[in-house]
Amino acid sequence: MPIILDKVSHVYGQDTAMAVTALKNVSLVIPDGQFIGLIGHTGSGKSTLVQHLNGLMKATSGSIYFNGEDIDAEGFDKKMLRSKVGLVFQYPEHQLFETDVFADVCFGPKNLGLSKKEVELRAYEALKLVGLEDAYFYQSPFDLSGGQKRRVAIAGVLAMKPEVLVLDEPTAGLDPKGRDEILDQISRLKKETGMTVILVSHSMDDVAKYVERIIVMNKGSVMYDDAPREVFRHYQELEQIGLAAPQVTYIMKDLQDHGYDVSDEATTIEKAKEEIKSWFARLSAVGKGR
Amino acid sequence: MDIINIKDLIFEYIRRDEEGNVEGVTTAVDDVSLDVKQGDFVAILGHNGSGKSTLAKHMNAILYPTEGTVWVDGKDTQKDEYVWDIRQTAGMVFQNPDNQIIGQIVEEDVGFGPENMGVPTEEIWERVEESLKAVGMYEFRKFSPNKLSGGQKQRVSIAGVIAMHPKCIILDEPTAMLDPKGRKEVIRAVRALNDVERITVILITHYMEEVIYADKVYVMDKGKVTLQGTPREVFSEVERLKELRLDVPQVTLLAHELRKEGFPIPKGILTKEEFREALDSCIKEML
Repeated sequence: MPIILDKVSHVYGQDTAMAVTALKNVSLVIPDGQFIGLIGHTGSGKSTLVQHLNGLMKATSGSIYFNGEDIDAEGFDKKMLRSKVGLVFQYPEHQLFETDVFADVCFGPKNLGLSKKEVELRAYEALKLVGLEDAYFYQSPFDLSGGQKRRVAIAGVLAMKPEVLVLDEPTAGLDPKGRDEILDQISRLKKETGMTVILVSHSMDDVAKYVERIIVMNKGSVMYDDAPREVFRHYQELEQIGLAAPQVTYIMKDLQDHGYDVSDEATTIEKAKEEIKSWFARLSAVGKGR
Repeated sequence: MDIINIKDLIFEYIRRDEEGNVEGVTTAVDDVSLDVKQGDFVAILGHNGSGKSTLAKHMNAILYPTEGTVWVDGKDTQKDEYVWDIRQTAGMVFQNPDNQIIGQIVEEDVGFGPENMGVPTEEIWERVEESLKAVGMYEFRKFSPNKLSGGQKQRVSIAGVIAMHPKCIILDEPTAMLDPKGRKEVIRAVRALNDVERITVILITHYMEEVIYADKVYVMDKGKVTLQGTPREVFSEVERLKELRLDVPQVTLLAHELRKEGFPIPKGILTKEEFREALDSCIKEML
């Protein structure tokens, strides 16, 4: 179910002296099945933007279409929208509240009015999808580790069977392994279910590794919207707005600046390794030719 | 001279169920001994639940040992009469920038600590000024904290701690919630405090790049110190760190990956410059 934003603006405290424009004329198309990274410094409008996608916030002007229907039109089923566009907030584990893990994950689908059987099936499936072992199902969610809690919270949203999954900094505060585990799982999930995933992140390294498209927000507007390689080409502009390129890109640029004949387009360790290997192969070919 | 001495520290807490019945005992810190020299920059790494925050909270008497002893500036943290001295000697900065600031205006917030210590008004203002300058936030002194970015708020929190003239500052994941620029600002401020003001820094973090300038790195696992040394020594252990759910800086990882492919690159590369030099010697050796 594609989402289209047509000149969406959002002003906090409109008609007051404190009015702040958080989104300015944002137009975007989010087709089915994309893995999108949404980046921008604190206060750039990312969170405001994602809360428009499932109708939690209403645009001050402009329209949002879900599957061709205006979500602010009279009679539009917002409850349906919220089950189709799942939002995982920052530190979602703070929202866990049930006495055991399984009950917590059941809460969402239960509210969709499904049968008990269906609710439980979905909860089970969602917990399997996030890779939580059965042994934890009837434990209190509060006894789990940070990474496990976060997985339970994500399962709670997955159990609603969303077609679009929005995650606001799903790895903040997790250790490196926990970070990789969550992102690997999301990436696998995306492949298995074909859903659209929007990843809001401050980690350029993570974004470069996983997504196929990056949307850069700055002062409420979309500054870049392109493939990672293209976006990170503008690393100087990104730095000016408080962002950066992935660390490997800087390593490659440094080599280039010092006269090494390597491309600076690598955004992941894997690509940088290949580039350096092929550079060495080129060098040794020249060496042998001499 | 040592600012912190930890000897045979064990910290246990009792887990209870909802009715308050004892479920068991968890040992969060398990027989740790370490000494921190005055003026050092020490980093503590470890996965979630490895005990690093619990250990840090012993360094300014937020938690007390179950067994063993912690001395801060020579004072035993378990002696009641030292608590306030210790908290003044070792200040703490936490993860979330939004729940450490209480003042309506930046300079008021920074003055809160020294005011509570009974510092004379004149001197409070001097301290506020020097602290804000030390973290590069002086020009924001009249701002409302809620107009600041995350990185700026964290620097105000740090200023609030240094206004109390501590000898040591403990930062528990101060950059976890910040964007790249905010992270850079905070780390730069912390390094300046260490380099210029010679304040001892104890930094807990999940970002490996932040610790390459540390004098010493401790890696925790299951409540114990499992690895320690200079950043170069610790980050030479790429596979071991991965087993411990950790990582190495990206440049270290790239060098490691190339080494696995047969490139004669030394272990523990920490910077772009070192990486470039290593490649240069590869060219000489391989071609």
